[in-house]
Amino acid sequence: MSDMKYTEDHEYIRLDGDVATVGITKYAQEQLGDVVFVELPDVGKSYSKGDEAAVVESVKAAAEVYAPVSGEVVETNADLEGNPGLVNEDPEGGAWFIKLKLSDKSELDGMMDASAYAKFVEEQA
Amino acid sequence: MADEAQSSETLKRTPLFELHTELGAKMVPFAGYEMPVQYPLGVLKEHLHTRAKAGLFDVSHMGQAILTGPGHETTAAALEKLVPGEILKLAPGRQRYTMLLNSEGGILDDLMVTRPAAAEDDGRLMLVVNAACKDEDYAHLEARLPGAVNLTSLDGRALLALQGPAAAGVLSRWCPQAAELAFMAATPAQFDGVDCHISRSGYTGEDGYEISVANDAVEQVARTLLSDDSVEAIGLGARDSLRLEAGLCLYGHDIDGTTSPIEADLVWSMSKRRREEGGFPGEGRIMRELREGPSRKRVGIQPEGKAPAREGTEIVDAGGAAIGNITSGGFGPSAEGPVAMGYVAIEHAQPGTQVQLMVRGTERPAKVVEMPFVPHRYYRKSK
Repeated sequence: MSDMKYTEDHEYIRLDGDVATVGITKYAQEQLGDVVFVELPDVGKSYSKGDEAAVVESVKAAAEVYAPVSGEVVETNADLEGNPGLVNEDPEGGAWFIKLKLSDKSELDGMMDASAYAKFVEEQA
Repeated sequence: MADEAQSSETLKRTPLFELHTELGAKMVPFAGYEMPVQYPLGVLKEHLHTRAKAGLFDVSHMGQAILTGPGHETTAAALEKLVPGEILKLAPGRQRYTMLLNSEGGILDDLMVTRPAAAEDDGRLMLVVNAACKDEDYAHLEARLPGAVNLTSLDGRALLALQGPAAAGVLSRWCPQAAELAFMAATPAQFDGVDCHISRSGYTGEDGYEISVANDAVEQVARTLLSDDSVEAIGLGARDSLRLEAGLCLYGHDIDGTTSPIEADLVWSMSKRRREEGGFPGEGRIMRELREGPSRKRVGIQPEGKAPAREGTEIVDAGGAAIGNITSGGFGPSAEGPVAMGYVAIEHAQPGTQVQLMVRGTERPAKVVEMPFVPHRYYRKSK
């Protein structure tokens, strides 16, 4: 878990070489409540950092998921289509959203690590 | 964040605030009150629990008031000048849904009107109005009621709703009068020795009750009801998804000052006499719409995929021309998919009509459908 990075919008990145697995954090799914729908982009699509890349909807509301880094979508999580509730059960594991091939690794510099994010979440409460 | 802290100081609280906190509710600002949007169970399970057993809702933020006049005819006639519903023929102990209208026939608020059962209450009508509208409603009523009819706001009373198929069995444990009460009927009652006023009605499409009780007694009543294994506390989140599946309007979203009762498909709430005689604000427009049909109508919208369409989503026809908007939309836990309602131009209002919803810039197919999305299960006395 040492390679986890986090954004202030509560997305996480798990880095494996130059591929970033992106999802929403445990805190984010708690705030959303029961997830009922996830809309994922097509493989091959490219995003700049901060672009809207996916949508996650709970009974209550819809929330955008932003690309935490620039890159091309190389894989999306098909499990979420049939079982959106997985986002509540295993947000930082099985319920990843997309895998992005990084176009600029330097964008990771300065992103929060696990302890910085934990502190950030505490301040949100 | 500083703003939030400040605004929460000015928010009002219901007498059950501490109980909500104790139960672990997530509190949010709603209509000037700090209200529970969900409990630890979560919106989805709260919704399903209400349809399976019984849900307890704190609706004390809603406005309870009483009109007092010299006799039923005088009070009813005064209110009929402001609403399109049949109030004169409302029998003692019966309740009715109607709406306050502006001079253009638009809806200022929707409300429940109850004629008390007791003979000594002749000339009184009890009103329950929306929390966000209550101050304006009361000012509107006071400015228009004749001298002989007075409005009194019942600020000392809280309101609970107990909804779901187990509601009758649960409430009857402590309040035997509940068992035989008919749908849309009301009666003074005692709950475990506490004076209250109950009606068999609600906002979920299920059988159930609303229980009006003094502020200082409501916590005891709520705790007693929650002590029954089949009762869970339910927040505003599930209240919204339940009423949406039931096809019921949310004021400020599905109906407002621009929508008429005819456009809103609420003609059923007007009696034949009132449709023929008029005598309510905006009767010119409303009578014309009754004769010629409205130009737009509130309809159920069933998205064909899994993506919910939220309030504000544009509805377009097959050619891409705008024909209306979604006014309420989301995921229906009992419908097991997205459900919505909205207004469409009348030529597209027929159930079965194919439409497209502009969800995040993409056209998604949907169909105009009959509501409710989940069948109503109101209590009907067997004959």
